[in-house]
Amino acid sequence: MTSPTSLPVIAQTSGKAAAEWQRKRRRVSVGGTQRRPGWVTYLLLSLVILISIFPLYYVVLLASSDQVTISRSIIPSWIPQGNFFENIDKVFNGAIPVLKGFTNSLIIAVIQSVSVVIFSTLAGYSFAKLSFRGRGPLLVFVIATMAVPVQLGVVPLFIVMSQLGWSGKIIAVIVPGLVTAFGVFWMTQYLENALPYELVEAARVDGASMIRTFWHVAVPAARPAAAMLALFTFIGSWVNYFWPFIILNQQNPTLPMVTKLLQSGYHTDYSLIMAGVAISTAPLLVLFFLAGRQLVAGIMQGAVKG
Amino acid sequence: MAVQSPPQAPRAKSSPDRRPTRIAFSQRLGRWDVKVSPYLYISPFFILFAITGLFPLLYTGYISVHQWHTLGGQGDFVGLENFAAVLDQTSFWKALRNTFSIFLLSSVPQVIAAIIIAAILNANLRAKTFWRMGVLLPYIVAPIAVGLIFGRIFADQYGLANGLLDLLGMGPIRWHSDVIPSHFAIATMVNFRWTGYNTLIFLAAMQAIPSDLYEAAIIDGAGRLRQFFSITIPQLRATIIFVVITSTIGGLQIFDEARAFDTQGTGGADKQWLTLTMYIHELGWGNQLNFGRAAAVAWLLFLIIVVIGIINFFITSKISTSGSRTPKKVKKGVKR
Repeated sequence: MTSPTSLPVIAQTSGKAAAEWQRKRRRVSVGGTQRRPGWVTYLLLSLVILISIFPLYYVVLLASSDQVTISRSIIPSWIPQGNFFENIDKVFNGAIPVLKGFTNSLIIAVIQSVSVVIFSTLAGYSFAKLSFRGRGPLLVFVIATMAVPVQLGVVPLFIVMSQLGWSGKIIAVIVPGLVTAFGVFWMTQYLENALPYELVEAARVDGASMIRTFWHVAVPAARPAAAMLALFTFIGSWVNYFWPFIILNQQNPTLPMVTKLLQSGYHTDYSLIMAGVAISTAPLLVLFFLAGRQLVAGIMQGAVKG
Repeated sequence: MAVQSPPQAPRAKSSPDRRPTRIAFSQRLGRWDVKVSPYLYISPFFILFAITGLFPLLYTGYISVHQWHTLGGQGDFVGLENFAAVLDQTSFWKALRNTFSIFLLSSVPQVIAAIIIAAILNANLRAKTFWRMGVLLPYIVAPIAVGLIFGRIFADQYGLANGLLDLLGMGPIRWHSDVIPSHFAIATMVNFRWTGYNTLIFLAAMQAIPSDLYEAAIIDGAGRLRQFFSITIPQLRATIIFVVITSTIGGLQIFDEARAFDTQGTGGADKQWLTLTMYIHELGWGNQLNFGRAAAVAWLLFLIIVVIGIINFFITSKISTSGSRTPKKVKKGVKR
């Protein structure tokens, strides 16, 4: 019983028999990539996707309905009704500062994405391609910090922010998210493989300074990973609730805070609550349709939960 | 060679005596550049992390052994009194129970479902990207929004879940008053958001399994199920452990979904779904306004995470030393 595939391979290296063998091989490999799956597979997958889409569709259904209809029935209607934009309008013109939340979330997410990308690329390049004393232990330290949840330090962080006078201001949300250990690790991993030492050395031999080498050699190489990191950071920042909820107030909220405020405010009118959910989800939905392919590729490369 | 470099020329401006010193100076500058630059590049991360991550973590320990009113500030040193007080409250134990229960109800089905969906996705599908994106869609919904949506689906009256049970001829479940149903509902929210994400991680690992393993198995007469359990699952061991570790860390922090489950956001009338993170918030910013106790719970949560991390580490290292069959590619993908 020594490797069963080898005999026929040797016997049929050319001609019709080889072609026949190739075809058989193709049919045989189930776990491989050759055979097209049957309809059952597509049915199962459709079911999975239905489950992942349905809650969002349910949001649209409720958000396009009205309070009276919702309070009477479980599913107001299977087809979206006409009140969607009216409800959105109501939410924007209500007592809760939705627009403020929207701009706050946008500002925070953009600043954090840019900052994480810049600092992570710098640090990642340094860890991946430069030699310096303490590189190993410092990198281990970075990785270890990825396991430490933010919430463990909320009490002192709150005290620090209050003493700086930042309590209630969005800068208190921005600063703790300016760097992430995940970002540094992500860029280190990427540049380790994507940037050959030869390129760095060539630039150095040509007399480029360190920062010039970084800018003209490392940054172009890092671009795909940087785009991915920006995407992940943006999403993570956009959906973040716990820390903004603690340090900000109801007059100066972020979008996740707004949706929760809607719930406690109009706790009987689900059409307005779901309109709020739609408002907060729509921007990421757009981003998802534009860059979903890259997001999938990023996770497939082995992203870690932020 | 350094002399010819354009970017170094302006730097040497300061030296008055041109030729000889310029070489020496630019060389010294270059050496200094090489030595210091790496530290300069990593310093933004370490400085910011020290201020916003490391310092708060250590300071939490300091606060936890002091009397500390949220508004009044620091009081006397009280030793382990805060810890004792917290361990004495039933809410703490309820929160601990809830956290572990929700975590188990979410991570176990999630990992199983993710592996199965990944196995289905691993076929040679048409429109691959479409299916992968479809699976990932829930990931972009904010946990607080997921909480609101599912809070409605699992409403006690006029909820979709109870409506469905009614169609099946079963009585309604009291999602918001009973312990296990509330945990199930919250775990469903977590599963909704993360299953697709983990599916893609498993899918990546599955695609790294060499296809000759399957070919050999087929020639040996193994059916699909046998292939799945004898090849796919063992080859995925490292990835499974990785996903379990990340979902453990995430699972012990559940806050958003549980808070949005009802309008009050305090974990239910009888603390049925109060989680440890919610408890930290309640102690520090809720009725008690007691930062000392909040910090004590934060430290206890940290210890729990460390202990579980160590257990995970030992299991991982044991498996990785005994299971040398795992191909390198898979291991690498997992480490990320």
